[in-house]
Amino acid sequence: MEKSIAELRETFKSGRTKSVSWRKKQLKAFLDLVNENEDSIFKALDQDLGKSPVESYRDELGIVKKSATYSLSCLDKWVAPKKGDLPLLLFPSKAEVIPEPLGVVLIFSAWNFPITLALDPLIGAISAGNTVLLKPSELAPACMSFLIQAIPQYLDNKAIKVIGGGADVGERLLELRWDKIFFTGSPRVGRLVMTAAAKHLTPVTLELGGKCPAIVHNTLSNPSKAKVTAKRIVGAKWGPCTGQACIAIDYVLVEEKSASTLIELLKKCIQRFYGGNLKELNSISRIVNKNQFQRLVNLMKDPHVAASVVYGGSVDEEQLVIEPTILLDPPLDSEIMNEEIFGPLLPIITVKNIEESIEFINSKPNPLVIYAFTEDETFKKRILSDTSSGSVTFNDAMIQFLCDSLPFGGVGQSGFGRYHGKYSFDTFSHEKSVLHRAFYPELEPRYPPWTNFKLMFIKLAYGFDYLGLMLLMLGFRKS
Amino acid sequence: MGSKSEDKAVFDTESAKQMVNKLRASFMAGKTKTYEWRVSQLIAMLNMLEENELQIVSALRDDLSKPELESSIYEIAMLKNSCKLALKEMKHWMKPEKAKTSLTTFPSSAEIVSEPLGVVFVISAWNYPFLLSLDPMVGAIAAGNAIVLKPSELAPASSSLLAKLVAGYLDGSCIKVVEGAVPETSALLEQKWDKIFYTGNGRVARIVMAAAAKHLTPIVLELGGKSPVIVDSGIDLKVATRRIIAGKWGCNNGQACVSPDYIITAKDYAVKLVDSFKCELQQFYGKNPLESKDLSRIVNSNHFDRLSKLLEEDKVSSKIAHGGARDETNLKIAPTILLDVPINSLIMKEEIFGPLLPIILVDNVEESFDMINSSGPKPLAAYLFTNNNKLKEKFVAEVSAGGLVVNDTTVHLAEHNLPFGGVGESGMGSYHGKFSFDAFSHKKAVLYKGFSGDSSLRYPPYTRGKLRLLQALLSGSILRIIRALLGW
Repeated sequence: MEKSIAELRETFKSGRTKSVSWRKKQLKAFLDLVNENEDSIFKALDQDLGKSPVESYRDELGIVKKSATYSLSCLDKWVAPKKGDLPLLLFPSKAEVIPEPLGVVLIFSAWNFPITLALDPLIGAISAGNTVLLKPSELAPACMSFLIQAIPQYLDNKAIKVIGGGADVGERLLELRWDKIFFTGSPRVGRLVMTAAAKHLTPVTLELGGKCPAIVHNTLSNPSKAKVTAKRIVGAKWGPCTGQACIAIDYVLVEEKSASTLIELLKKCIQRFYGGNLKELNSISRIVNKNQFQRLVNLMKDPHVAASVVYGGSVDEEQLVIEPTILLDPPLDSEIMNEEIFGPLLPIITVKNIEESIEFINSKPNPLVIYAFTEDETFKKRILSDTSSGSVTFNDAMIQFLCDSLPFGGVGQSGFGRYHGKYSFDTFSHEKSVLHRAFYPELEPRYPPWTNFKLMFIKLAYGFDYLGLMLLMLGFRKS
Repeated sequence: MGSKSEDKAVFDTESAKQMVNKLRASFMAGKTKTYEWRVSQLIAMLNMLEENELQIVSALRDDLSKPELESSIYEIAMLKNSCKLALKEMKHWMKPEKAKTSLTTFPSSAEIVSEPLGVVFVISAWNYPFLLSLDPMVGAIAAGNAIVLKPSELAPASSSLLAKLVAGYLDGSCIKVVEGAVPETSALLEQKWDKIFYTGNGRVARIVMAAAAKHLTPIVLELGGKSPVIVDSGIDLKVATRRIIAGKWGCNNGQACVSPDYIITAKDYAVKLVDSFKCELQQFYGKNPLESKDLSRIVNSNHFDRLSKLLEEDKVSSKIAHGGARDETNLKIAPTILLDVPINSLIMKEEIFGPLLPIILVDNVEESFDMINSSGPKPLAAYLFTNNNKLKEKFVAEVSAGGLVVNDTTVHLAEHNLPFGGVGESGMGSYHGKFSFDAFSHKKAVLYKGFSGDSSLRYPPYTRGKLRLLQALLSGSILRIIRALLGW
């Protein structure tokens, strides 16, 4: 392990990864990797998570291809220095901010989107000119194997490496010195990563999770909008990895009077999209492993929680499948309402008045996203100003992930730092300020011995009071 | 406030917890979020600085023997500028930023909204006690946060004056100062903050970051390092020397994070350089610099002893080319230049943070870039004096530091369009100008979608046709989309 990292450091020092042509070459090779191995990737995702090709393309392959293509087209713009305006006082000077790579970066990815969460940050790190060690999650072993085998075949393997193994490998990696660590995963492990990074003052980006709520408001009053609302909720809850996503809708908040309408619409949608019962389930992934499966089953064990199930609830332990399940008002102190569900269970919490949903959300740690289905502009404004989350999406869900112009990241317990699009490039860069000065003109008052005149001069200069300065120098102003 | 010398209650973990809870309540009540509150606090800070300039200068004289001009300019005038800039630009900074949306999410609109992080903790340093306490606070206030400030106990007169002034001028329900040392800071670090902004050294920074990790609190660390100055030949030596002196001894007598730490120059240029320094130093500080009023003193005996040790090391003490005089009683050390010190000496291992300037000799200035990059930790700043454009380009491309200046020193701090911060051991995050506002904000992404244009291909049951259309949509290519729609 230490040898690999030493090689990454050597490669970085050689300056090879700084050249824009190297970065473009890697990104192009990356696209080849994805294009030429579509079937292998589909197979690995099916093996690890039971994802269908459409889901795999939409959430994994398509995303990383789009990301690499976008980076390729923007790279020249991103690496260009940004000019800064300077005041007359410093004339003639030139100021700019130049992005430079941080060095050797470590990327930890997660098991639920094992291709996207590994390769999307990788694209950012490469675009910014770093050397990278990628540690995929061992809980998605087929994808991990694929990455270990495919990446060295396409990418510069002295600059980009993949390492397998489990938590022990992760721990050993964290003891070493990196120039940046990018971590996607749970808050618990996020703390461990940051604590380890503190020993070396390594900057980190933590992409964590939380309970992402969906507020459903007045879009239910119009039948066609209600249908679309239901479709979008269902598609966003069970579509991506059957709810095992950091931005999946965790629970729904709706007014008491509209709850049954919503539930009926959701049920119909689920049946149309995924099939009527456990046996007929299709177009949906499965639970990643026995641990997670057991955890989810346990969430429903509490009799009060079990009693609140209004749809679904059946499980198949052998296939690691849990059918889409809706719960109505489970007890608020139950585990299902206090930890991130990360699975196909959808609690619906009713409130008397939709405005109460804001306090409800604020009583929990900041989520990664807040979703709100509403056409009430005042309510939208309230949600934006009175709640805090990584991001907010109105009248849809999950789709904000596709916007390269929006920063993707959390706040508070859902993490810090962000990426996607140019933000990926920035997150793996150091923005170096550069100020170019000329030898002339010289400002004598900069230098001691100090006098009142010099003090006055500098005070006026700092206030950019050019008229005052002129008067002072011409002797028309007392010092 | 919890000042140890008075007979007051000890500021412990419980006190810290209560303080944070109170501030969080104020924050949740929305007090700090309004534009009016932010403006009122910044104006109050301006008044505070204007009406107490003499006291501030006096406190700095007590703590550091800081010359009046340095206090007026670096601690007060710069701060006032910061407040004024924030007042002028805040409305603009607070506005949401529109973001482009693509065909893939059509029809939609998007923006990025700045929101305050919440309750933030600012830990400042002893060398610029007012600037490093209040400048981050300007950013935190402009961004709408509640704040706890912990000034450095190594500058006690300044700490006490800050506590008094902040309590007198700013909103005590949202902004508090806690005086004290390690116990008080530790008690505060155990709490859950929404951001911690620390200025200081790498050793304590590690403790701060580890404490922040427990609560997943984001941090800004403004640290330091050995900021090198490369001096080429063929320049206006007089101007270059004066600018180095102004940046080194003119800024708290070398006790500044961006202070020129050491010089690298070519062997055959060294003598000229040293002579120029001798000449200008005498012009600025006279024949007896220990008596000059225009030089700060060393902050305390600990640092005085540390610096003395650097000078007394065997392989270094013989290299003193100028200065070297010390006055232990008054904690003064004269501007000292050392020529051709060995790379492995103590003075070349740690950040000097004092009035000693070693000169390292190389055959050719081009060698200096590699030397800097391989000498270990990345510094906060790096400086180059040259008229050679190729050398400038190489410098900018190859030397990694927080910030670079060509043909001057330290002035980049005053330029608020440039982010000020470190990289690697010199820190993470940045501030000044809008960067301060951003450092204390969460940039929330917001996507607005309508109900039209809901395509069934997003939803199961999944078919090959949907797959092809999805591939086309994600690629953003109109041609592909048309082909997929037509079933080709």
